[in-house]
Amino acid sequence: MSIKKAALAAAVSFVAVTAAQADIKMAFIDPLSGPFGPSGEAAYTSFLLEAEKINAAGGVNGEMIEVTGYDNKINPKESLVQLQKAIDDGARYIFQGNGSSVAAALIDAVNKHNARNPGEEVIFFNYAAVTPAFTNEDCSFWHFRFDAHVDMKMAAITDYIKGQEDIKKVYLIGQDYVFGQAVAAAAEGMLKEKRPDIEIVGNELHPLGKVKDFTPYIQKIISSGADAVITGNWGADMQLLMKAAAESGSDIPYLTFYGGSKGAVAALADGAIDRLYQVTEAITNLPAGDEQNALVEEYKERFPDYDYYYHRAWNAMRMFKAAAEKAGSVDPIPVAKALEGLTIDEAYGGQVTMRAEDHQAQQNLYISTVAKVGDDVKYGVDNVDYGWKLVEGGKIDAAAAEQPTTCEMERPE
Amino acid sequence: METIVFALLNGVIYGLLLFMLSSGLTLIFSMMGVLNFAHASFYMLGAYFAYTIMGATSFWLALFIAPILVGLVGAVVERYGLRKVHANGHVAELLFTFGLAYLIEEVVKIVYGKTAVDYKIPDLLNFPAFTIYGASFPAYRMFMLFIAIGMLIGLWFLLKKTRAGLIIQAALTHPHMVGHLGHNVPLIFMTVFGIGCAMAGLAGVIAGNIFVTDPAMAVQMGPIVFVVVVVGGIGSLEGAFLASLLIGLIQNFAVGINASFAEIFWFTGLSPTSEIGDITISSLAPVMPFLILVLILIFRPRGLMGEQEL
Repeated sequence: MSIKKAALAAAVSFVAVTAAQADIKMAFIDPLSGPFGPSGEAAYTSFLLEAEKINAAGGVNGEMIEVTGYDNKINPKESLVQLQKAIDDGARYIFQGNGSSVAAALIDAVNKHNARNPGEEVIFFNYAAVTPAFTNEDCSFWHFRFDAHVDMKMAAITDYIKGQEDIKKVYLIGQDYVFGQAVAAAAEGMLKEKRPDIEIVGNELHPLGKVKDFTPYIQKIISSGADAVITGNWGADMQLLMKAAAESGSDIPYLTFYGGSKGAVAALADGAIDRLYQVTEAITNLPAGDEQNALVEEYKERFPDYDYYYHRAWNAMRMFKAAAEKAGSVDPIPVAKALEGLTIDEAYGGQVTMRAEDHQAQQNLYISTVAKVGDDVKYGVDNVDYGWKLVEGGKIDAAAAEQPTTCEMERPE
Repeated sequence: METIVFALLNGVIYGLLLFMLSSGLTLIFSMMGVLNFAHASFYMLGAYFAYTIMGATSFWLALFIAPILVGLVGAVVERYGLRKVHANGHVAELLFTFGLAYLIEEVVKIVYGKTAVDYKIPDLLNFPAFTIYGASFPAYRMFMLFIAIGMLIGLWFLLKKTRAGLIIQAALTHPHMVGHLGHNVPLIFMTVFGIGCAMAGLAGVIAGNIFVTDPAMAVQMGPIVFVVVVVGGIGSLEGAFLASLLIGLIQNFAVGINASFAEIFWFTGLSPTSEIGDITISSLAPVMPFLILVLILIFRPRGLMGEQEL
């Protein structure tokens, strides 16, 4: 190699190395196109906005955060490709959530990568993949979950059903993959325990993201005479299910995890009032300080297609910052150790604690239903005049929402 | 009883929609020998054009203009693309349409974005037509039924009762003779291609707001349309009609059947909690068309009413 080429190579590599060391690189691996693109985009914009705010306030320990999106089209194999791309780009922190199938593949891949590359570990911040196994039998030191998992959410829903005397028949419908199956199993088990008199009149699993027309399923639900439907459907599957429910004039209550998915409320419109229920870690119509309300409005202004929904994305970024400050470092292992057991105050008056035992975040849960925008419902969703309102007795304290764990975690020294 | 009635209604509507798509494909194939991989892309274009036109004016204008636009695009593709490639043989034509499908998808993504657009049912049709067994049946689906039947009658009329249809039928089997008799065969080919694409576009206009209008809709509809054409028999319009109804009905009936493999194959001692025993017929519904395709190819490769083997 000639002297000129060698000098050029050295100059380029010098520049590249210094650029890589300047930021805290975080990778967001989720669907950014296809049927679940809106779910991914909504979360991605949330992380971007909070990263912007943290950077504007001086960054984390003086370092700026950079969040880059990698589109995995909700495909586990594609996610592993994107994970490698992210690691090659210098990312040490991975965000993912939409799709437990992807999360399972990522946990495995991150475990293997960290075992084979000591000193270059990456941490997986899971903000939405809520299959219980990830903080039980599949728990890993490198994985942190910021969303309440299926058993926690189902406990909240079944507690609500316990108090509803007129619900005698329940229909279960879900997506046919590890998450949907976990929801169905949790629903069956907990209903049997809390309301043995309830009859489960249907237990349907449909392919993930493939069904465009849910009318036959809705017709089945109506024919079964169900008094309530429990579903973990999310994203396009939730929106299309609600679309078919609205068209068929179905007026049974839908108790959901992800009724707040983009378009679901708009699809039901009037029919959503006191019919569509969800269990989440926050809704924008809870009493909050001016700063939080200003944030909600700013998010809507910046991203008019979406609404402030991924409160856990904000919690995750803030916990990361708090952990990095506590550890005095932005390197993965000190941050992870500082995250264990860490508690922060979250914007709606509660606290989020990262349980050290299994890396599952403990936080308040709220059961809400849809109401017309008015005095006590300040913010609408989906660009329509309907918003989420807390139901009577719908707040579940973090302590009450806690579930036991079977995790036996191996920790690095 | 309810399941049968619902499945019948939904199945017929879905089947007629499939026929709108596959009739164009089978016409184009029997006449020109070209298997148009981009056919479902014209379906997608129809939906997107209707969305744009409806945004500017009204759904009814979109209903007329969008299919014509798609037909024109199809005619242009045939005149300036396919005709030139025709000289290089069937494989070249196939590859051309294959590339065209990708091209159309990417252009749609650039112009309209990567996620779904909000193509809505017009307010005039957004009411329940009647209520059966507690579920209301949307009026828009009856509208779809009428449009599909109308198109069916129009096509039959065109082919069997008009002079142009006579020439087209002749060109379907004896293009050279028709050319010798002085008719402009390339013009006929271009017209048929345009009409086929226009029908696919019409299917897109009426189905785009029920099913989701997003860049992936061509890729999702494409395989099923091919299944219909192969099952019905290449080159047979009646076969395509039969096959689309068959597949539409089977897919919708399957959703209503909750029997699991353990229950059907009880005599093998399959346990209901095992991996295989747990599978229900309803969860297999989207796979049904392809199952039928495999069976047809094994037992009757020329399709239900086809004359030539694939």
